[in-house]
Amino acid sequence: MTAIDAPEARQATPEFEALALRQERRRGFLLALPAWIYLFLFFAIPFGIVVVYSFATRTSRGGVALSAWNLASYERLGEDIVRNVLVRSLGLALLTTVICLVAAYPFAYYMTTRSTRVRNLMLVFVMIPFWTNFLVRNYAWRLILAEDGPWNTTVDTLGIDSVTGWILDLPSWIAPDVLVGWMADVPEPLFTKLAVVLGLVYSFLPFMILPLYASIERIDSSLFEASRDLYASARQSFLRVLLPLSMPGVVAGSILVFVPSLGAYVTPDILGGGKEVLLGSYIVTQFGTARNFPFGASLSVVLMIVMLTATIGYFRSGGRNL
Amino acid sequence: MTAAVELMGITKRFGDVVAVDAIDLAIEDGEFFAMLGPSGCGKTTTLRMIAGLDFPTEGSLKIFGDEVGTLPPNKRPVNTVFQSYALFPHMNVLDNVAFGLRMQGLSKSAARASSVEAIELVQLAGMEARMPSQMSGGQQQRVALARALVNKPKVLLLDEPLGALDLKLRQEMQGELKRLQQELGVSFVFVTHDQEEALTMSDRIAVMNQGELLQVGTPEDIYEHPANRFVADFIGQTNLLEGTVEDSSTVCLANGARVQARSDKAVGTSVAVSLRPERAHIAAQGSVDERPAVDGVVDHMTYLGNARVYRVRLDWMEVEVREENRPGAELHEPGTPVSVWWDPGAVWVVGDE
Amino acid sequence: MTDSVRTQTSQRVLGLHAVFVYVFFYAPILILVVFSFSGDRLVGRWGGFTFDWYGEFLDNEQLTAFHDGAIWTSLKVAAVSTVIAVVLGTLAALSLERFRFRGQRVFDALLYLPIIIPDVTMGIMMLIFFSEAITFADTYLGFEFAKGLKTVVISHIAFNISFVSVVVRARLAGMDSRLEEAAMDLYATRWQTFAHVTFPQILPGVLGGALLALTLSLDDVVVTQFAAGPGATTLPVFVFSLIRRGVTPMINAVSVVMLVASLLLIALMLLADGLRSVADKSS
Repeated sequence: MTAIDAPEARQATPEFEALALRQERRRGFLLALPAWIYLFLFFAIPFGIVVVYSFATRTSRGGVALSAWNLASYERLGEDIVRNVLVRSLGLALLTTVICLVAAYPFAYYMTTRSTRVRNLMLVFVMIPFWTNFLVRNYAWRLILAEDGPWNTTVDTLGIDSVTGWILDLPSWIAPDVLVGWMADVPEPLFTKLAVVLGLVYSFLPFMILPLYASIERIDSSLFEASRDLYASARQSFLRVLLPLSMPGVVAGSILVFVPSLGAYVTPDILGGGKEVLLGSYIVTQFGTARNFPFGASLSVVLMIVMLTATIGYFRSGGRNL
Repeated sequence: MTAAVELMGITKRFGDVVAVDAIDLAIEDGEFFAMLGPSGCGKTTTLRMIAGLDFPTEGSLKIFGDEVGTLPPNKRPVNTVFQSYALFPHMNVLDNVAFGLRMQGLSKSAARASSVEAIELVQLAGMEARMPSQMSGGQQQRVALARALVNKPKVLLLDEPLGALDLKLRQEMQGELKRLQQELGVSFVFVTHDQEEALTMSDRIAVMNQGELLQVGTPEDIYEHPANRFVADFIGQTNLLEGTVEDSSTVCLANGARVQARSDKAVGTSVAVSLRPERAHIAAQGSVDERPAVDGVVDHMTYLGNARVYRVRLDWMEVEVREENRPGAELHEPGTPVSVWWDPGAVWVVGDE
Repeated sequence: MTDSVRTQTSQRVLGLHAVFVYVFFYAPILILVVFSFSGDRLVGRWGGFTFDWYGEFLDNEQLTAFHDGAIWTSLKVAAVSTVIAVVLGTLAALSLERFRFRGQRVFDALLYLPIIIPDVTMGIMMLIFFSEAITFADTYLGFEFAKGLKTVVISHIAFNISFVSVVVRARLAGMDSRLEEAAMDLYATRWQTFAHVTFPQILPGVLGGALLALTLSLDDVVVTQFAAGPGATTLPVFVFSLIRRGVTPMINAVSVVMLVASLLLIALMLLADGLRSVADKSS
């Protein structure tokens, strides 16, 4: 596509070629221009303002003074309360990612072993929750975990209470405190970390399955057979062949789950009831009741940096389909 | 007579890379013309410049005497059969073929009539309603041909037209292309990297390498009298015996042996004597009298059915000799000392240029 | 022998796991649908079959009122933002896949950001931006505007452009650019080439992008909440505030309605996908 509209036929010259190239560039630029302008106005500028705000000062009335630039908002990241929020959010996002990975890998692998028809059908039924309204999916768990809801009824009927109670009584060297804490939540999980992780896994599991499936499917199955032929056990074949080759999918899926989990706002709000303050809600609070815009902006910047680092890392490591 | 396509000093640079370097070339009307060379030699770029898909950086490009260098492809009286055909997947055969006529403003019915004719010409009558996806590679190839030919181009350009086909279909399409070209009398310019295809089909061949035009000539010219070392080596198989020109009829080989070989190169030029395997013969050492020969030892022999190919180790290189498998042909076991000999007129001296 | 038995067993375990994953995906949705017909005043308790909650939903003016009910607001926002995002996103995709121009890499990166940025951050960006823009317009340009429907639409377009362009780009990348060259070789002008060859080829991608944009727009809570002003409550924002204030079983009914809307869009999507595979049979 290098044609230009040249009404008269002449001999080509370097000048003409350069002109044609320039025209071609201009065409491309003009096509991009509307989106360029739009994103500059309504994305790049807002982005920039948030960064600027993060260096501004909060006035006594809760406004923002766009002078007296300082790093105070970033220094607050070291405070205990803030650090707790960050650590808790990172921990939950990490846990969500690990659970999704462990649940999705065998599933994605199993999909690739099925016939094309079954495979496509399985894919469609993974896509459906992915496309279904996010809020509704989270609300469904709120309903399930509600007081007198299906979960509690089932737990009561099965007497799981006594099982968890039994674990709670174990000495801490057998059942570590963390586990005991989590088990204690089982009978009534609503508004606990357990519910939040459940909701996040439920929300983002398709994000893990799809890239994993895509990368495992690309692997030539004869490679697995070849490794078996070369005396590798099934376990060795998995560890030495399948897993390394599907690494791009593992990384892509992990980022796709980790990033939104870290910034999650709706899920912790609906299922955590705001009891377990996580990064997303903490940021929102700064723009609501706390009215500390600069601090909220600095937290947003931190979140963006984590997200950008993860994404750039992914592209650097040769990943493509995000 | 004006040439169908005439290139004068045509150059194409992509940034610092010179893809085509000041080529002069004239393609006659009604000619089956091949552009041959290894991948990346600039042959496809040259074809694209003729089609108008790329503009030359400099130089003159004429089609039947008219300068077209700055014309976009839709204003040029040439059409292209693309590599892997580029048939429009959302149109059936008839719409594909009629596309060019419709774009030129012909009415639907007129375009349809000509298209049906063109489809018949490529022997696909009755397949008008098929979608490209429902056709074999060979049939798609024919659709692509009809789609280009229906516009009655003054020159038909073909970019590796047979590359995607298997051997048998390929041979069939070679004949078909030749037939169409003779029937229509239009010049066909086709790009290929397959020297056998170029030799069997073309009236003339242009050999290119690294953006340069090395030789233009009939298949026989190019095979018998290659212009230089590259052409000799690229077209068919050959043994290149290194040496220097001693006088107009003698070359001194690298081992000091003098052989009779005519050349017009200056005395002292380093050259190679091109000896085709099928022109060389093998005989027991000492049994060769007058004729030019070099001594060596049989390294190994490959049996091909209709011939035997010997690899003979000389003291400074190896040569290949192909002996027809005639009844009573003498056999030479590996390890036997032999002489490789040839008729004085069987070799051709090539230089670097 | 033992090996094949082991393979069979592991296949069975994997199959069981897959069943479990699907139960995990669909059981909550099914439970939600079932309880939307429950007569009990507590959201999670079964109290006999009833349509009451759907009735209450239909009677709720804030939700269903023509023109300014939450449902209408959502539909308007989704429709307008989708149309604009599809046009801008498709143009952007064409420019990136088919042209080389200055600033292309920066543009490409800018186009990716709205996809990967967490929605809380995007929401905050919109909140601060619009408050600054309102002050700016008032002080320097001498006109007043407030956050409302328009600001929501603006924010939705900002993230939808990117999603549309990614989908259309994928389609364009899979399309042989020789098709366009062939069209021009066959006397088509640039415009004819686009109209007769490029556009029909990328149409499934454009449709897919539009449906994705529609879904995302109808789904969004967080960005909308921060970009919206009074009188611009979309359905998800309304439902979200309802959930936070305390749940009544009417939410079950509303949720099921939203669920059905999602499923309808998915059905359309699969249809578009079917079109795509028909168009792809050639390659």
